[in-house]
Amino acid sequence: MSTDEGQSEPILARGHSLGSITDKISSIVLVRNFEWGWLLGFAVGLSLLMLLLVSVTYLFVKGVGIWGLNVPVAWGFAIVNFVWWVGIGHAGTLISAILLLVKQEWRTSINRFAEAMTLFAVACAGLFPLLHLGRPGYFFFLVPFPNTMGMWPQFRSPLIWDFFAVGTYATVSLMFWYVGLIPDLATLRDRATKRVSRVIYGVFALGWRGSARHWKRYEDAYLLLAALATPLVISVHTIVSFDFAVGIVPGWHSTIFPPYFVAGAIYSGFAMVLTLAIPLRKFYDLEDFVTDRHLNNMAKVMLAAGLIVAYGYLVEIFTAWYSGHNFEIYMLENRIEGPYSFWYWMLIACNVAIPQLLWFRAVRGNVLMLFVLSLVINVGMWLERFIITIVSLHRDFLPSSWEIYQPTFWDWSTYLGTMGLFLSLLFIFIRVLPMISIFEMRELLEETESEAE
Amino acid sequence: MIPRSEHFGMLAEFDDVDALQAAARKTHAAGYRRVEAYSPLPVHGLAADLGFSRTRIPLVVLCGGIFGCIAGYLLQYWTTVIEYPMNIGGRPLHSWPAFLPVTFETTVLCASLSAVLGMLALNGLPRPHHPLFNIPQFARATQDRFFLFILAKDPLYHEESTRQFLTDLNPLEVIDVPRP
Repeated sequence: MSTDEGQSEPILARGHSLGSITDKISSIVLVRNFEWGWLLGFAVGLSLLMLLLVSVTYLFVKGVGIWGLNVPVAWGFAIVNFVWWVGIGHAGTLISAILLLVKQEWRTSINRFAEAMTLFAVACAGLFPLLHLGRPGYFFFLVPFPNTMGMWPQFRSPLIWDFFAVGTYATVSLMFWYVGLIPDLATLRDRATKRVSRVIYGVFALGWRGSARHWKRYEDAYLLLAALATPLVISVHTIVSFDFAVGIVPGWHSTIFPPYFVAGAIYSGFAMVLTLAIPLRKFYDLEDFVTDRHLNNMAKVMLAAGLIVAYGYLVEIFTAWYSGHNFEIYMLENRIEGPYSFWYWMLIACNVAIPQLLWFRAVRGNVLMLFVLSLVINVGMWLERFIITIVSLHRDFLPSSWEIYQPTFWDWSTYLGTMGLFLSLLFIFIRVLPMISIFEMRELLEETESEAE
Repeated sequence: MIPRSEHFGMLAEFDDVDALQAAARKTHAAGYRRVEAYSPLPVHGLAADLGFSRTRIPLVVLCGGIFGCIAGYLLQYWTTVIEYPMNIGGRPLHSWPAFLPVTFETTVLCASLSAVLGMLALNGLPRPHHPLFNIPQFARATQDRFFLFILAKDPLYHEESTRQFLTDLNPLEVIDVPRP
């Protein structure tokens, strides 16, 4: 009988104490000297952010014609990128909330930056529904408020549901993340030496003292937030999938979409967490906290999600054939051998074939391979949203409406620009806030020590 | 020595969570009721040892969730059926299945907001000034030390006997905390 080596490795390296955990994590923020590596990363992020600002300004001046949109492909990169970013965001909440509820202790060292990743990804995602409006100045039509026109939104529309879902998700994620930060902000307040730092951390720490009664209420509220965030995550990406599933376009109108999208979100989200965790733990010497066992577990979750996504692809193929509906069958034929067939097969390679390498322990233990695989999966998940949106739209019911979609420079520049926004926010986060949850690591230390006794 | 009227309480510092828990139990058993314990991590059972076991947070969250649910549904019902009816594909005005996604979201939103705001309000936060912040050793309460604090308001509080009681618990230090 073979035992999985990964299970016997600790999730917190031995030899740490409450003081050393506090020192190690808070010193990244308070003590480390100026680093060229951080500056380089931040500079790249900021440059891409400038690209985003240029793209958005030009978009507002000229209109959505600068993108490759045409008839029938009236929904292009904006929606693809929106779904991609929202999907990435979901892994953060899954790690923070769902893994907390099922008492998986290995979530502890990764949940803080995973939640930060969620917030920044949702910020990037939220730009696209605003940018893709033909008249973005009227975005407030989505908001239900008493106005001089006596007008109210149309609540039966998935786009309104999106507004409420993504808005709620952003708000709840922000609160969940902030509440988790309060005790750590108190730690930073008490350790900072410069007066400015002490005041700013002090303000945001809200005067936290670590009182046992406060901790009790805190823990109750935190657990309840986790319990609320769990169905929220599932509902948000379900509602995003309804943007497609509620329409009658072949390839969209399928009941597999909600679970298929949620699994896809978990898949791409964990891939992004790995993409971030691997460099961060290397450059900030955090291998004691984000151990090989963490990477192993994340790889396994990714593999599981990938298998559900592969099942989703199979169901799409089966339903198209089983329906006997000639438009559905043509949708499938078009994906396999039409103008975008190269991208469809790349998608199968990136999302289904290559990740099967994760079955092998050697691959899961090889950090470089995991990093490359996580990038491959992120690309694959983007291609999946591309195939769903554009390939279904460009050839639907009426052949005289068929058209080829070509993305323009501005489509790509806006997309890359949002990566700049994400990177900039991430580098600021690393610089000023503890990227691992200090008090939860202390709790983990106490628990592993008492188990060892 | 500070005069009795200037006392806020007496603080005992420990470096181990088990020592703090044992001290908390002994303090509660001795009859002290105005006691607080401070730790850099949540300690299960510590609040119960001090006599505090049930919070009102779950009730607050439930009320918030119910409010959000009703408010979300009524908003949609009122705007779609009464105030701004629109004929969308011949669907009935009160198309309740289509109202469910938004209702779910408003439920979760209001429940989460009440969890956070309720927790902060019940904890009395934000409270940037507290007499304990004037004690230099207390800065380690958020790092790696544990504290037990008996307030002067406690009916059993008496400067010498309380100090003797705390010293008997084997802390690292016993500190007088003056009123600010």
